[in-house]
Amino acid sequence: MVTTSAGPMSPESTAAAVRVRGVTKRFGSGETATLALRGVDLDVAHGELLMLVGPSGCGKTTLVSIVAGTLEPTAGSVRVLGHDLVAMSGSRKTRFRRDEVGFVFQSFNLLPALTAAENAAVPLLIAGWRRSAAVARAAEVLERLGLGERLTNLPSELSGGQQQRVAIARALVHAPRLLVCDEPTSALDAENGRITMELIGAVAVQPDRAVIVVTHDARIYSFADRIAEMEDGRIVAVTRGSGAGEGRP
Amino acid sequence: MLWVAWKMLTGNRVKYLGIVFGVMFAALLIAQQAGVFCGLMLLTISQIRDTAGPGMWVMDRTVQYVDDIKPLADTELFRVKAVPGVDWAVRFYKGIVRSRLEEGHFEQMILLGIDDATLVGGPTRLLMGSLADLRTPDAVIMDDAGYRRIWPGEPFRLGRTFEVNDHRAVLVGITRASRTFQSFPIVYTRYSQAVVFAPRERKVLSFVLAEPAPGVAAEEVCRRIEAATGLQALTQEQFIRKTIGYYLAKSGIPLNFGITVFLGFLVGTAIAGQTFYLFTVENIRQYGALKAMGAGNGTILAMVLSQALQVGLVGYGVGVGLAALFGLCTRGLVRLAFHMPWQVPAITAVAVLVIVLVASLLSIRRVLFVDPAIVFRG
Repeated sequence: MVTTSAGPMSPESTAAAVRVRGVTKRFGSGETATLALRGVDLDVAHGELLMLVGPSGCGKTTLVSIVAGTLEPTAGSVRVLGHDLVAMSGSRKTRFRRDEVGFVFQSFNLLPALTAAENAAVPLLIAGWRRSAAVARAAEVLERLGLGERLTNLPSELSGGQQQRVAIARALVHAPRLLVCDEPTSALDAENGRITMELIGAVAVQPDRAVIVVTHDARIYSFADRIAEMEDGRIVAVTRGSGAGEGRP
Repeated sequence: MLWVAWKMLTGNRVKYLGIVFGVMFAALLIAQQAGVFCGLMLLTISQIRDTAGPGMWVMDRTVQYVDDIKPLADTELFRVKAVPGVDWAVRFYKGIVRSRLEEGHFEQMILLGIDDATLVGGPTRLLMGSLADLRTPDAVIMDDAGYRRIWPGEPFRLGRTFEVNDHRAVLVGITRASRTFQSFPIVYTRYSQAVVFAPRERKVLSFVLAEPAPGVAAEEVCRRIEAATGLQALTQEQFIRKTIGYYLAKSGIPLNFGITVFLGFLVGTAIAGQTFYLFTVENIRQYGALKAMGAGNGTILAMVLSQALQVGLVGYGVGVGLAALFGLCTRGLVRLAFHMPWQVPAITAVAVLVIVLVASLLSIRRVLFVDPAIVFRG
C-alpha cells in the first residue's frame, strides 16, 4: 500500500459517483451523545473499488450507511450518483436504494425459505418484476457466478461461500450503479474470501459502477483501488491499492 | 412481494402452524359455541315451528314467549273468529302435566291439545299410527324422543297406556317432533281431551290459532284482532322473534355463551398475536434487508398484512370446518343442540379478521419502524 494522503480524499474526479463533504453523525443527545463521524470528506469515482478499513467503532459502518441512504447524517453534504441524499425525502431515498444501490451484507441476510435463484431475484421483485422473469434473470446472474447447479437450493443447503455468491448475485441482479459491501468476507474462510473478492473484482467493478467495501480483513486489501483508513470518526489515511491488477476483466 | 411474504411465513413450519393453531382454536370455539347457542335458540321456538297450519297466534296481552302461558276464556275463540279478515280460528292448549307410567314412576310431559274437529296444529311427521286415531277415547300421540326417554331401549309399540293426572291415556301414534328447551316428552291429544288431562283451572285455553282470509295480510289481521279483542295477535314469524328476543333479553344464555366466545377470541388473539410477533422479530433482519434494498413501508405493510390474512384464512377454514363437523357428528344425538345458519360463519369470519389484524398490529409497528441500517450491524 502506498499512502497518498491523510485526511480528506483528493477530488480526483469532478463527476465522482460518491461525494461526501463535512459529514458528521451524532447518535443520542446530551451527555450520552456519541459522535460517530467527525467531518468526513470522501470521493469515490465511477469504476473504482474503495475499501473502508479501521478498527471497530471507528465509523465505517455509519459512513457506508449514510452513503447507501439508510442513515441520515447530522451535518454535511452527501451526493451519490448525482443525487443529493440530504435533501431527498424518505420515499425518494427508498426508490434511490431500490434502483441505484446493491448491497452485500456481512451475514448474507438471505431469506431462508427462498431458493438461491429466488433470493437473488428479490431486488427485481421489489422493483415490481413478474416472479418468473425475475427468477430467470437471477438465474442468469447466478450462472455467471458459478452457481448454475445450485439455483433451486435453499440457503441452508449452501456453503458460506456459496451463500455469499448468492448475496452478490442479489446485489448485482438489478444492475445498480453503487455497490455497498459490508464485511463481505468476515464470515468466510480465506479461500472463500479470496474467491468472493475475485468475483466482486471481476463482475461487480464496472466503469459505470462504484464499489465500496467495508472490511477488517487485511487479506483482501490488495483487491482495492484505494483504501480509506478510518479512526475515531475520521478518515486518517488514504492509500492506493493494487486492485486493478488483481482480478479485473 | 406478497409471494415472498407467504414463502417467509410458511418457511418456518412450526411457527406457521402455531399461528394457524391460534386462529383455528378461536374460530372453532367461536363457531362451535355460536352454533350451540343458535341450536338452543331453535329449541325455544320448536313448538311454534312444529305447529303447522295457522298463520297467526292469538294470546293474552302479557304473554312474552311461547312457554309463558296465560290462560284465556274459551269464549275468546268466538271473538277472534268474528274479526273481519279471519278465515278460521281454532283452540290450542299447551301445558306441562305430570304422568304416571305403567312401571309406576312419574314423568313431566308437554301436553298439546289441538282442535277436535279439524286437528289443526297436530303433528305432521308421524312415524307410527295416524292423526285420525286421536279421535278415539283417551288417545295421545307421543314424540319419538320422548318415547325413548321414558321407555329406553324398547321398540315403538302402540296401545301402551299411562296416566296423565290420574286419567288414562292410550298411545295411538309416534311422531317426530323438534326438540324443546325443556326436553320433556311431547304428547298431542284433542283439545277436549287435554282439558280433561290438565289440572283444574277456571280458564284453560292457551292460544287461539287463526288463519287470515286469502288476500289479507296476516300482519293486518293481527292488528284488527288486537284492536277488536284486546288480545295479543302475532304472525308465526313475529311470535318466533318475540320468543327468541325474550330468551336473549331475560335469560343468562347469551351472557354465558358470550363469555365463552369472548374467551375463545382472547385466547386466539393471544396465541396468534404472540406467535406472529415472535415470527416477525425472528425475521426482523430480513425485513431490514428488504427495506435497505428499497422495499417501501407500503410493501412491507402489505407483506405483513397478507401473512396475517393468510393464516386467518387457513385458521378460519379449519376452525369453522371442525365446528361444522362437530355439528354433523352430533346431529343424531338428542341431547346436543347445534345449528349453524350462515350468520355463524359470517360472525366468525369477522372475529377472525379482527384477531389477525390485532395480532399483526405489533408486528406491523415493529417492521415499519425497523431501521434499514440494522443490516449493517453485525
